[in-house]
Amino acid sequence: MSKDNIGLNLEYEVLRNDFTKAGEASSNIKKILTQLGINSSIIRRIAIATYEAEMNIAIHSLGGCITVNVTPKEINIVALDNGPGIEDIELAMQEGYSTAPNSVRELGFGAGMGLSNMKRCSDKFKITSQKGKNTRVNMIIYI
Amino acid sequence: MKLSNIVTELDLEIVAGYNLENENNEPQGVYICDLLSLVMGKAKEHDIWITIQTHVNIVAVASLVDITAIIVSEGIEIDEDTKAKASEVNIPIFRSNLSSYDLATKLNSLGV
Repeated sequence: MSKDNIGLNLEYEVLRNDFTKAGEASSNIKKILTQLGINSSIIRRIAIATYEAEMNIAIHSLGGCITVNVTPKEINIVALDNGPGIEDIELAMQEGYSTAPNSVRELGFGAGMGLSNMKRCSDKFKITSQKGKNTRVNMIIYI
Repeated sequence: MKLSNIVTELDLEIVAGYNLENENNEPQGVYICDLLSLVMGKAKEHDIWITIQTHVNIVAVASLVDITAIIVSEGIEIDEDTKAKASEVNIPIFRSNLSSYDLATKLNSLGV
């Protein structure tokens, strides 16, 4: 299979607070995209976007999943969690703003850069959330 | 300069993931940071990353952004699962008793 005739759907479950496993989905996605022969600078953006999504789900949510749809034209990534939702999305998007607890900050997480890194790496970025509901991040990166 | 020369010149302790496949890699720069998202966003491909973080996720970060090697400064103890992961995915981890600043100045004087 090459990138000219791909139609691939990948799905990864991300567990709450599982920092040892977190990173595996993005590593796996990177490996598959490399095998497909996709440009390395695009793979790097996808790797960053999916890693940040993975960490956000692990740190801030009750768990969720990441799906990656690969087509010849674009990579469509959806990160969907099971809540508890974001009260103020605008504030959450601000670089440096973080609600991560100290226990994970000590491990180097919680820089408040996750969502902005995701947005920067995407050609299209959309986040929808509401307090008490789930959060959905959709990122599209053109190949 | 080759990674193997850097290991010798800086007297780095080899912790994990260093092998015949990567000893000839030539790092192109250095990035120092302990916040993983900043490293994800700002470190460049083929950088050496100097950090005091030793949690297993440093290997995922280094691997995702194609870091050539991780140097843990200040002689900090490194988690066993971090070592295992580094060996698994071929990311060299070294350790030094020097500070991040001292390591960086030495790397700079070596032309990295």
